[in-house]
Amino acid sequence: MAAKGRVTFSQDQCKGCGLCVDVCPVHILALDRESINAKGYNPAYCTDQEKCIACTNCATMCPDLVIVVERL
Amino acid sequence: MAVVFERTKGLTPISTHYCPGCTHGIIHRLTAEAMEELGVLDQAIGVAPVGCSVLAYKYFNCDMHEAAHGRAPAVATGIKRVLPDKFVFTYQGDGDLASIGTAEIVHAAHRSENISVVFVNNAIYGMTGGQMAPTTLAGQRTTTSPLGRDPAHAGYPIRISEMLATIPGATFIERVAVDSPANVRKAKRAIKRAFEIQLEGKGFSLVEVLSTCPTNWGIEPPNALKWLKENMIPYYPLGNFRDATKEEVSDGQ
Amino acid sequence: MAKVLMKGNEAIGEAAIRAGCRYFFGYPITPQSELPEYMSLHLPKAGGVFLQAESEIAAINMVYGASGSGARVMTGSSTPGIALKQEGISYIAGAQLPCVIVNMMRGGPGLGSIQPAQSDYNQSTRGGGGGDYRLLAYAPASVQEMVDYVQLAFDKADEYRNPVLVVGDGVIGQMMEPVEFRATAASDLPPKDWATTGTGGKRPPNIINSLYLDAEELERHNIHLAEKYNRIKENEQRWESVGLEGAELVIVAYGTTARIAKSAMENLNRQGKKIGLLRLITLWPFPEKGFAELDEATKDLLVVEMSMGQMVDDVRIVNEGKRGVHFVGRSGGVIPSTALVEEKILEILERSE
Repeated sequence: MAAKGRVTFSQDQCKGCGLCVDVCPVHILALDRESINAKGYNPAYCTDQEKCIACTNCATMCPDLVIVVERL
Repeated sequence: MAVVFERTKGLTPISTHYCPGCTHGIIHRLTAEAMEELGVLDQAIGVAPVGCSVLAYKYFNCDMHEAAHGRAPAVATGIKRVLPDKFVFTYQGDGDLASIGTAEIVHAAHRSENISVVFVNNAIYGMTGGQMAPTTLAGQRTTTSPLGRDPAHAGYPIRISEMLATIPGATFIERVAVDSPANVRKAKRAIKRAFEIQLEGKGFSLVEVLSTCPTNWGIEPPNALKWLKENMIPYYPLGNFRDATKEEVSDGQ
Repeated sequence: MAKVLMKGNEAIGEAAIRAGCRYFFGYPITPQSELPEYMSLHLPKAGGVFLQAESEIAAINMVYGASGSGARVMTGSSTPGIALKQEGISYIAGAQLPCVIVNMMRGGPGLGSIQPAQSDYNQSTRGGGGGDYRLLAYAPASVQEMVDYVQLAFDKADEYRNPVLVVGDGVIGQMMEPVEFRATAASDLPPKDWATTGTGGKRPPNIINSLYLDAEELERHNIHLAEKYNRIKENEQRWESVGLEGAELVIVAYGTTARIAKSAMENLNRQGKKIGLLRLITLWPFPEKGFAELDEATKDLLVVEMSMGQMVDDVRIVNEGKRGVHFVGRSGGVIPSTALVEEKILEILERSE
């Protein structure tokens, strides 16, 4: 059984590049098209925290180090 | 509950000036994490280049020295000769290292200067607005090769790792890419190994990191990773080109 | 200490080592190659490092790195090599780092010649590379002065956090003269707390840099530099004056040319003329204060240079039209003779009468 995890974003620092979105194996990341952060981007967010498996792929690809991953 | 991924102490809290999706940020992180894990942050002196990563001195959380375009290996040489027990690295792009600074990198390798080089190759001049780099691929359109690089006119793209690997003093030369989580993890191992070689006093080490430039390539960040994989890796194959520390072992057997 | 007979270029090396210089990065070029040769043998014995760089550009950038790490460091070259070093010199000045650069000037432009010249005056006194900066520039006229000013140059570089040029020419570099290495009094120099030596976990990172992307920030930096240059102008002008009192004509010269001028002056004074000499020891700051000493009786200034006339512009500026400013020089590596200088002086005096 896959590990349970939690992924949190420093959304103010996110540049909305989407590199994290594509590499998430459980497809729970997206760019929030409804909001614009202080930098002027649509920040990434987690659509379903319950499904996170703490694989760290998203944080590994994030060029701006806005992601913290915890294993529960 | 355990934090399995958080921001390294090797980087300052400053948000970088890099464009969205530019993989410089990933390579900065790998460099900083390698220093943090090896416990050398407080012994480190980094040399920043000219180009997109010109402001690297603001991002690495250690003593930093801003060099002129291409001269980082010479500046690092000066620092290392004064402080041989400290950890000295350069962070350079392809315009900086493979064009205007070719002499400096070749001779630093020839002297087996005990420094480590993180060489970021994204096949374009980013900071100046997307001009042709020495590493620009044949046919690749840039603002100074608007019809695509024509090798008959501008020559073929330069393969730095292969060239440097022919130099006896180049102790460790490896090419990696940051186009996928698996490759990013491999890149981290290579950078850490390069740094260890310096700490072991074994001489010159360089890791070439294939990187993207979504803005000047004109490709969305996730697709830029695909472009890197499909276009750059075939011409710039990944792998280790030289590890003299292993050759020493095999020679002895 | 007893005097020893030494070649100019070698004496520079020895003086540098005695001044605590432990790092030399250079590239061979005539007529200064004896300096790197001397350093390659003697620096390691003093526990230092000599490194022959792949180019002049690399050499000055190694100096930039070594200086940033807190070391006393030197490089040397000659005219075309100094031209190549300008990039690094500008960075070092911008980042406010100390170092000593020796230029044994030869004829130019371009590849020019390997014979002595003074045609890098403008380059030496106007910065040389890009940007608003100045170098303190000493122009010794003997091997002994070379030794004295190389030692002083290291202290002044540290005091002002600025590159210091020591400017000679092929003659001074190649000639042998007896020299004495005088123990210099320890100067009260500021600590190099800005050096990149690793934080040791005890301080925030130090950054050596000359980049200021914000226009107003760069302007503030330039104003700060200008204030420093003004302090140097106020405190560091050096010159030698001989026989200014009652002189009808004063020769203005520096380095090798000043020695020739002095002989010409002595010859004419023996014939009853009243000729003085104002010898620049600092090219920059230009010794304006020396010109304030000129006598009311002095009607003419004769500038003698081994160039087509560069320092003469600064003499015109400081003169403010008060006296006649004349020029005589040879270039391309030709050394002006005392006869030429005497002839020119007599011609000027005749015209004034």
